[in-house]
Amino acid sequence: MQFFLEVLIGGLLSGVMYSLVALGFVLIYKASGVFNFAQGAMVFFAALTTVGLVDMGMPLWLAALLTMAAMVLLGLLTEKFVLRPLVAQHEITLFMATIGLTFFVEGLAQAIWGANVRALDLGIEDVPLEWMLENANMAISQFDLIASAIAAVLVTALAVFFTRTRIGRALRAVADDHQAALSVGIPLHHIWAIVWAVAGFLALVAGLLWGARNGVQFALTFVVLKALPVLILGGFTSVPGAIVGGLIIGASEKLAEVYIGPHFGGGIEGWFPYVLALLFLIVRPEGLFGEKIIRRI
Amino acid sequence: MLYREAGQFKATYVEDSQIFPIRQDKVGMALILVVAFAGIPLLSLTGLMTDYFFTAILTPFLIFALATLGLNILTGYAGQLSLGTAAFMAVGAFASYNFILRVDGMPILAAFALGGLCAAAVGIVFGLPSMRVRGFYLAAATLATQFFVVWILTKIGWFTNYSSSGVITAQKIEMFGYTFDSALSKYLFVLAIVALLALLAKNMVRSNVGRSWMAIRDMDMAAEVIGFRPLRTKLLAFAVSSFYCGVAGALFAYAYLGTVEPEGFSLDLSFRILFMVIIGGVGSILGSFFGAAFIVLVPIGLNILTGFLENSAGISLPSGISSSIELMVFGAMIIFFLIVEPHGLARLWQIGKEKLRLWPFPH
Repeated sequence: MQFFLEVLIGGLLSGVMYSLVALGFVLIYKASGVFNFAQGAMVFFAALTTVGLVDMGMPLWLAALLTMAAMVLLGLLTEKFVLRPLVAQHEITLFMATIGLTFFVEGLAQAIWGANVRALDLGIEDVPLEWMLENANMAISQFDLIASAIAAVLVTALAVFFTRTRIGRALRAVADDHQAALSVGIPLHHIWAIVWAVAGFLALVAGLLWGARNGVQFALTFVVLKALPVLILGGFTSVPGAIVGGLIIGASEKLAEVYIGPHFGGGIEGWFPYVLALLFLIVRPEGLFGEKIIRRI
Repeated sequence: MLYREAGQFKATYVEDSQIFPIRQDKVGMALILVVAFAGIPLLSLTGLMTDYFFTAILTPFLIFALATLGLNILTGYAGQLSLGTAAFMAVGAFASYNFILRVDGMPILAAFALGGLCAAAVGIVFGLPSMRVRGFYLAAATLATQFFVVWILTKIGWFTNYSSSGVITAQKIEMFGYTFDSALSKYLFVLAIVALLALLAKNMVRSNVGRSWMAIRDMDMAAEVIGFRPLRTKLLAFAVSSFYCGVAGALFAYAYLGTVEPEGFSLDLSFRILFMVIIGGVGSILGSFFGAAFIVLVPIGLNILTGFLENSAGISLPSGISSSIELMVFGAMIIFFLIVEPHGLARLWQIGKEKLRLWPFPH
């Protein structure tokens, strides 16, 4: 039982990390109807830039700040050179454009900073929490807990931002219908620029946390592949969906790896979330919290 | 002037439903086939073309063109975005390997066809979600194929014949006692299969099957209302597409790599083939060939360019940067094509043909 709980909590905490990446997707999808496949590349880019600047001798906070500026710039350029010319195109076209963007950003990051694996030290140690170890005899990573706390703060802030602020409401209007939003005077391009900047910020946070945990390397781009089942499960348009989906995927993936994995020779983490999400899709195509899909002729 | 169809009349229904209704197209296609089947082999006999042309350019081009054709049927004609192309290719390659290995005297063509059929079966299974989901939900679902298939092939030893490294040397391509082991003979072998399958595909998309795919693509609800069965149509597209990808995968392993290994069929390959579809032209048979040629040639061109820069201009680039630049160029090109010419190189060819109709007398 104790072992089960330990695996479960470990899974839930890593699920929060998935949610963090998934949030970036949801944000952009909600606001612009673009499924931004490049989110993983942005995470990679942000982490690599921060580490590169730190390696050049900067303090971490300054490096993070400069990276933030770079991410905003990247977002603005994306809006100007990728999204604006593709306004009102089919969403699949936009999706494919973001795949192109993924390759570009990955190449750019490596061209600037090289392809070596680098270590990132945030000053948080990845050690089991002591009092949990003593009182409940469970190894829960301190790092994961802090990461979850950061994610929780971000989610709350985003939820408030979306529902309570003027910009947030404008974002939702744009998400509903580009043309209608334009016609009531919402500046579409500004809104998109803001969204991409915020997504860049999320990528930075996710990149720092993931990079500190697993090392900053090309494999960081694959977190996008972890976030996809989370999105399917939670629904593309729902912030709570990204959280709950992340928790479900994280927990079930770790449990499956520990309890079912050995029967199949292990390594099922790679596809188990997808199969879970797929089975779920067949029952409920719009995900847990997604908007009901209504189609008309 | 060169491409004017004036004076060519279609007097019968048979003439009206030809693949190439215009005389210039017929001549052009015949020329291409003659050059491909006879001209290039003759050139290589004179020593003008080295093996490099066949192993690094022509053979991979043809194989990728076949895979692109497969994905184009699914994505371009039936409108179902798939990111699992490499998985279907892997199924085709491994199924062919096992058929040849385990069945005595299995003819290689039959093994490839059976490999394709196995891929088609897998395609149908993983196409089932398409009955409920569309768009990028489906794209994400097809990613499951990619991970699941590669995982199974690495984990279950039977598929790789319990090879310790997971890398297997593909058997030789033998037919009627002749072994295809020179670069030229492999090229001709691939060319024959690709030409045949391309002809089939072209006819398929002109027939009622192709029209039902396009109806589903353009508006599935409307297609359903006027009497197409969406699930059957979509699954047929998945099956045919996977068959093409499976055969392409078998050729990829046997005629190009020479080895059968799960790592050869990574997600990267899936993306590469999707890029070929986008750049070549979504929903175009000819475009599949253009796209494959483009993506095969660009890295080679970039390599020559960086080599040239290093040798003549004396600029030494840090190691590994050329692969980064390749990524950037690919990415930028995809975005460029989507913005400027969403119908790809095939559309450019179309425009070129219209220009040729009047050229050189524009009135």
